[in-house]
Amino acid sequence: MTRGGSALGRLWLIFRRDCAALLGGARGRGGATLPLLFFISVAMLYPFGVGPDARLLARTGAGVIWVAALLAAILPLDRLVEPDVEAGFFDQWALRGLSEEAVMLVRIVAHWLCFGVPLMLATPVAAALLSLDLTQLGRLELGLLVGTPGLAAIGVMIAALTAGLRGGAALGGLLLIPLAVPMLIFGAGSLQPGGEGGLALLAAASLVAVAIAPFAAGAAIRAARE
Amino acid sequence: MAFPLSRAAMQPCRLTVDDLACRRGDRVLVRGLRFVAGPGDALHLAGPNGIGKSSVLRVLAGLMRAYAGRVEAIGTIALSDERLPLDGHRPLGQALAFWRRIDGAVDTGDRFGLDDLADVPVRYLSTGQRKRAGLAALAASGAGIWLLDEPLNGLDPHWAGIAQSVIEAHRAGGGIAVIASHQPLALAQLAVVSLLDHVPAPDILP
Repeated sequence: MTRGGSALGRLWLIFRRDCAALLGGARGRGGATLPLLFFISVAMLYPFGVGPDARLLARTGAGVIWVAALLAAILPLDRLVEPDVEAGFFDQWALRGLSEEAVMLVRIVAHWLCFGVPLMLATPVAAALLSLDLTQLGRLELGLLVGTPGLAAIGVMIAALTAGLRGGAALGGLLLIPLAVPMLIFGAGSLQPGGEGGLALLAAASLVAVAIAPFAAGAAIRAARE
Repeated sequence: MAFPLSRAAMQPCRLTVDDLACRRGDRVLVRGLRFVAGPGDALHLAGPNGIGKSSVLRVLAGLMRAYAGRVEAIGTIALSDERLPLDGHRPLGQALAFWRRIDGAVDTGDRFGLDDLADVPVRYLSTGQRKRAGLAALAASGAGIWLLDEPLNGLDPHWAGIAQSVIEAHRAGGGIAVIASHQPLALAQLAVVSLLDHVPAPDILP
């Protein structure tokens, strides 16, 4: 009997569905706007905390944006994978011969689109609030472009690992921080004068995360079935 | 009630289970399970709550590893269990259309009376309506082997009758149905496997 189109066609359908689910506040757990608002709030609150000294803000602001991006990555963790495990989506995809790894890769891309890209779009606003100049903004955006895929990959991996655990959301936050520290170090490091090497290391760390995450997440989903 | 067959010809399917043992945690639930099901066969996995009916179905589906023994399935498998793989916030019509597109399924008609509910978000459905939606997704999948976990749970007598006639239509079209249920089923030529006969004796637990 004929079932469905090609595997790629099915993955494309899943990708569109993932994007819709992650963008909207679909499951009563807040959509893509929540991390974004959090991100902007940090940039808004920081000058209140350290005072309006533009030089101080300009020197530290880019690092603050990286910290905010990392912490914002924690917010969507509990709705990245768990609702679909509970509803049996992953089992249904497995029955249709779609590998968990492929589905997870699709989810990482969808998550990056719904998390990383909005963050990059909001960064000029955050940069203005923190008195960053255009050069810094450019470097920051470049760093986020390279680093957010890694953050998204780590997020999906941890969401898969903690899906179904009690208190998984809190645990996920704790797990994400150490894994994301390399991104933070290289990302913030790339902003220093002569920090281009940091950008390369950031790209490397991000690439490693993107390469490993689908397999780790897929294995986690399979292990949770037993 | 008779329904038109959803498919003119279905690939011959077969489900062979040989000396299957099934483990959950560190407990062997069932052992020595053996059966062969061919086109048109229906099998009722019977037994009280907690005996391992759902676990056996998940092993048959390939979602869990068999502790011992062998499962060989020829043909595609569809599973409907207590979970409803539909997005809660989406209207039922759209949520079902997602799976229809994934499966490239032909429209098999509104056998479960869901057309009236097409605009209702999935999370507002009642227990029985959820069950009907799950069965409709299963029926539209085009799979040859249906694994059903308590398919009649939450259905009133009317819809329970319809559900069973849809299963009969699937069998008439050459499909296989394996049904885990603690309830009696009114299906023709139903092979009943009582899992109580396959519970390992306590002294041979690992």
